[in-house]
Amino acid sequence: MTQYAALIYEQGDPDWSTLDTPEKQQTMAEYGAFGATVAAVMRGGAALYPTTTATTVSVRGGKGGEVVTTDGPFAETKEVLTGFYLFECADLDEAVSWAAQIPAAWTGRVEVRPVIDFGALAG
Amino acid sequence: MASEYAALDRLVRVEGPRVLATLVRTTGSWQLAEDAVQDAVVRALEVWSRDGVPPEPRAWLTLTARRRAIDLLRREAARGGKEAAAAALAELLDAPLPDQSVVRDDLLRLLFTCCHPALPLEAQTALALRTLCGLTTGEVARALVVSEATMAKRLTRARRKITIAGIPYRAPEARDLPDRLRGVMVTIYLLFNEGYHTSTGDDPLRRALTDQAVRLAEMLRDLLPDRPGPLGLAALLHLIDARRPARLTVDGDLVRLADQDRSQWNRAEIETGLRLLGTALRRSAEQPDPYVVQAAIAACHDLAPTWAQTNWAAIVSWYDVLLRLEPTPVVRLNGAVALAELRGPDAALVELETIDGLTDYLPWVAARAQLLARAGRNREAQEAYAAALSLPSNDATRRELARQLAELMPPVHTNVAVDHEPACIHAERWPPDRSGESANHGTSA
Repeated sequence: MTQYAALIYEQGDPDWSTLDTPEKQQTMAEYGAFGATVAAVMRGGAALYPTTTATTVSVRGGKGGEVVTTDGPFAETKEVLTGFYLFECADLDEAVSWAAQIPAAWTGRVEVRPVIDFGALAG
Repeated sequence: MASEYAALDRLVRVEGPRVLATLVRTTGSWQLAEDAVQDAVVRALEVWSRDGVPPEPRAWLTLTARRRAIDLLRREAARGGKEAAAAALAELLDAPLPDQSVVRDDLLRLLFTCCHPALPLEAQTALALRTLCGLTTGEVARALVVSEATMAKRLTRARRKITIAGIPYRAPEARDLPDRLRGVMVTIYLLFNEGYHTSTGDDPLRRALTDQAVRLAEMLRDLLPDRPGPLGLAALLHLIDARRPARLTVDGDLVRLADQDRSQWNRAEIETGLRLLGTALRRSAEQPDPYVVQAAIAACHDLAPTWAQTNWAAIVSWYDVLLRLEPTPVVRLNGAVALAELRGPDAALVELETIDGLTDYLPWVAARAQLLARAGRNREAQEAYAAALSLPSNDATRRELARQLAELMPPVHTNVAVDHEPACIHAERWPPDRSGESANHGTSA
């Protein structure tokens, strides 16, 4: 079994902490339904506040150097990371079939990436 | 002797991939299975050319590859004591020789995994040539015009993605089959196109890409005999490939379909294509298939004794069907070009101008130039030719366009035939973006 991160990208930097429109309420209900279906393979996940609350950190000059914090995400992009799920699946096809059921995939994109299992690499 | 060796070479290139398909499944490792089969193939060529071909060449190859795989696995197990290696070893030691249906299922697994949509298109074609056509890494590199080091890297990256991302070694379920099958057919079609649009100066391996693509199409048809798509694809590739002998001059210049010496066309291959097309049309009578329709269009050309005697009405109606199935700008372009023969250049130009998004697409710009010339709108035609020549293309195409432009220079000229080699309908997917790696064409160090 492999763990897959399903990284959710959406346009327009939505704020999922307030369900201030009927569309958002509708979508959140879809997420609720999805969560119930996917429960068996879900190992984690989170929804993120919008990028206006994000802080990007880098250390100039490498380890021990000057900590540089800037507002917002690293790059100005149309699509922003708004959340993720962690699935445990037999193979990529299964992970993709779950990812396709994430409501954001219907309007935005979901990137599926295998998660490194450091334990297995060491063994 | 040389021809005997060629026959042996053909035999191992047919049997090798079958042995590989099963070995990938039993060992779970592409690299190991490829190494083992490569080794067995080299030994087969050596031993068979000396002692003759054994009564069951596939069994010989299977056992030899398996012994090699067992050696490699033992070494791996001794190094890291990996459980996976031990499990594969146990399975290999006990496994019976795969029968025909196992080989068939394994080949399907190999085919669909090579063409998995999670792999970049350029990795799909490379993997297909390496594993399904039995080419060495060096041969794949030459065929696709990249350096061997680049190709080795590309193949390694593809195998690594299959392993790490967990691309399953399996044929798709019925629900996913139509989509996945379309992907496989696009890959084969593009591979064919890559070889077909190669001129004479290029490596023979590169020109042989069309043969490899035809082989893959035949393999797909053989594996999925009930589907009209693979039948149509095989028919289409045969019907186009049959014209290859007349397609280029000795200097490597393009000869337009209108000007080709049809006596040079490969009649036997046309017959093969027509036979496949007949079956495909019967199978898809209820539900037309884009490849079958394209094969029907190709057949109209192949059956016409001369350009002038081509059944344009039939071709235009087939394009109407194709447009319903694939309403893309490129299909509309090809349809418009055919319309010019039925209704004249003005009608075609009207249609051409309504197609969006192709103004930087060479086949569109060139077709427009040619139609303008035929309509006697010479000044506009000259501008259009200039625009076409400013777009990136290959030398043969450029020379042909320049020749047509030169012919236009005298003021009266009305009979410039349009190139009826239809533009590749998957053009937007090829060539793939190679910005991620250095495409060393042997011109720089």
